[in-house]
Amino acid sequence: MSATPDPQLGPTPQHTPDLQYSEVEQELRVSVRALLAARAPQSATLARTETEQPVDTGLWQALGAELGVTGLAVPEKSGGAGASWRETAVVLEELGRAVAPVPYLGSAVLATAALLAVDEAELLPGLAAGRQVAALAVPFATALLPSGPHPTDPGDAAFPASVRADAGGLLHGTVRLVADARTADAFVVPARGADGTPALYAVEGQAAAGVVVGPVVSLDMTRALADLSFDGAAGRLLAEGDDAVRAVRTALTTGAALLASEQLGVAEWALETTTAYVKERHQFGRPVGSFQAVKHRLADLWVSVAQLRAVARNAADALATGSADAPVAAALAQAFASPVAVAATEEAVQLHGGIGFTWEHPAHLYLKRAKSASIALGTADRHRAILAALVDLPSPLPLSALPLSPHSEEHHG
Amino acid sequence: MSTPPPWTAESLLAAVHDLLAEHDPATTSVKDFLGARYDAGLAWIHFPEGFGGLAAPRSLQQVVNDAFAAAGAPTLDPGRHGIGLGMAAPTLLAFGDDAVKNRFLRPLWTGEEVWCQLFSEPGAGSDLAALGTRAVRDGDGWTVDGQKVWTSLAHEAQWAILVTRTDPDVPKHRGMTYFVCDMTAPGVEVRPLRQATGEAEFNEVFLTGVRIPDAHRLGEVGDGWRVAQTTLMNERVAIGSHPVPREGGLIGLVARRWREQPEARTPGLHDALLRLWVDAEAARLTGERLRQQLAAGQPGPEGSAAKLAFARLNQQISGLELELLGGEGLTYDDWTFRRPAHPSMEGGTPGYRYLRAKGNSIEGGTSEILRTIIAERILGLPPEIRVDKDVAWKDLAK
Repeated sequence: MSATPDPQLGPTPQHTPDLQYSEVEQELRVSVRALLAARAPQSATLARTETEQPVDTGLWQALGAELGVTGLAVPEKSGGAGASWRETAVVLEELGRAVAPVPYLGSAVLATAALLAVDEAELLPGLAAGRQVAALAVPFATALLPSGPHPTDPGDAAFPASVRADAGGLLHGTVRLVADARTADAFVVPARGADGTPALYAVEGQAAAGVVVGPVVSLDMTRALADLSFDGAAGRLLAEGDDAVRAVRTALTTGAALLASEQLGVAEWALETTTAYVKERHQFGRPVGSFQAVKHRLADLWVSVAQLRAVARNAADALATGSADAPVAAALAQAFASPVAVAATEEAVQLHGGIGFTWEHPAHLYLKRAKSASIALGTADRHRAILAALVDLPSPLPLSALPLSPHSEEHHG
Repeated sequence: MSTPPPWTAESLLAAVHDLLAEHDPATTSVKDFLGARYDAGLAWIHFPEGFGGLAAPRSLQQVVNDAFAAAGAPTLDPGRHGIGLGMAAPTLLAFGDDAVKNRFLRPLWTGEEVWCQLFSEPGAGSDLAALGTRAVRDGDGWTVDGQKVWTSLAHEAQWAILVTRTDPDVPKHRGMTYFVCDMTAPGVEVRPLRQATGEAEFNEVFLTGVRIPDAHRLGEVGDGWRVAQTTLMNERVAIGSHPVPREGGLIGLVARRWREQPEARTPGLHDALLRLWVDAEAARLTGERLRQQLAAGQPGPEGSAAKLAFARLNQQISGLELELLGGEGLTYDDWTFRRPAHPSMEGGTPGYRYLRAKGNSIEGGTSEILRTIIAERILGLPPEIRVDKDVAWKDLAK
């Protein structure tokens, strides 16, 4: 096999990514896992889903105050830990493994990445310390198609802005199905000005005048969604024009890349728990896991999870090193992680038999997380379309034939 | 008695440079250069001194290989010498006495002698331990009768590693003995085995009254299965020493065809292509992660998964490639019986690739056996029920 990159082939990453876990990352994993085991056992997480407080605010604050992991990628000058998205990804693996009901992806990843992209200074320290929660006000299913030199590229037409800023800087409009907005103290809001210019605003205070947070019954019981309505809410302008488009793009790419690490944690839990169960469960006088029909399915799943680990590490490393390959790594991560995490949790339900279909067993929490995550930040199909544009495998259909965002023609409510 | 200082990357590089100074690769024959490398202990550096090594840490082998490669030093064709270098050599080292090691290791390393592997039989494929080729004591040696199959390179090899049945009265794993077999000895007949591709990449080997001296036995009589395990441990997907570039395998051929043939594009083929591109890139990164773990001295179990994944990918990608060709996919280049010049997936035609890939999930451990290995050795699931475990080999259903 030739080891020489062919310039005629698709873009080849410039550097070889570090796909392992450093000692620091391993130590971080141990601390986060211990905290989650003590504070968020699955029985408590399941019980919490039927209370008035489905989000575990106490756990969120502990992640910030006790472990200092809510601002890992935030520089120290902005009150963060000055680490990187690689360490953030390890935290997400553990949060996925525990289906922890905390607004980490929405606040510590999506909103934080958008704020970092515009050098915001006021909100970041509170978010990094875990004292506050922010949400990026875009529908959770959003994945932007690439903009580029081709005439069919949508450019900023894909900018997710159902919110308009009036001449006085007041915001009007609704955003449906926003992740982790339920307990947010602040909102990072993409909006268009009166002349259509893309802009990014901060709206501070859940009780701020003109902001309504409407709870949604979400399929994923451990990640709260909310509909946001802005009716003359006062926004602080963070960026305009290309800077605003770039910030939203960066946040969504970062989210897509790191969601794969959460999906890895979900899939690892499903594989390990199911493997342990089929060793113990006996039918026909033998462990269920001694039947080849079961063994081979779990072997295939193990292969997929091992591959997902490499893909997720690659995506986190591309973000952490500022690689030009990050958009490819993120789209690859979502195109690969979503079907694997869904398959892992579906196998967990099936191979547990009857108990796996009960409310009492936690398998359904993971199934709901995995299926929702497969839609969140773009389906695998949408990320394959993004990849096709990025690695020069053109579709016979122009990109303009795809909706700019999933179901963008619906939900004008 | 003083202990010499342990080898380091620096001291090994100094030894490499000394050798290069005395033997210029540009003016030295391959045989002489590799011979000098063996004599200097810079062949397999973890082997003992006198047998091509320096008893140095195996993790530094790559440093040595890279330094020789950078100087333009020759290496052997892995297609012709892979079985010798990768499988025979570690087994000879582990189980051969000094006379055996002195006789065989140096010409194996220099490429003067080609090796093949006489393991599989018509009645012993996945169940290798069921093999029935008999070796019977005969004075100071052994007489061997039986049939082996799927033998790469048998028509070019001087020597073979051979597993035989020496005691049919005990359960199958206990009655085997392992030998080095002279492929030029009377009674060794090699016949080409033609595959679905039309080529004969492999052979059948018929052994009729073949004499093997007892000095060419590796391991104890009856201990052949344990010796064979050492050989087979080294038969895994070779994890390269350098990163494979994106689109470095079959997917690159198909991607290039897609870029060059806009008229072939349909939405259905596009979806299939993107799915395979994603799977190929995930498999490539998984191989890269394993490579990094091995380089850091932490071998991971992902190697078992690599062959399973690549067999499936090769089959799916080569199938898509034929469909991308449209009408031209109906053709084949040549069914004429022949020996392949360079058996490689990326060589040949799309039709050849499609057919050859069918062997990928059978050779070197079927995908079904690999799944069982992953389930039992990695996931710790209960072993298969073995109805043949305590039955004498001669009483097994055949």
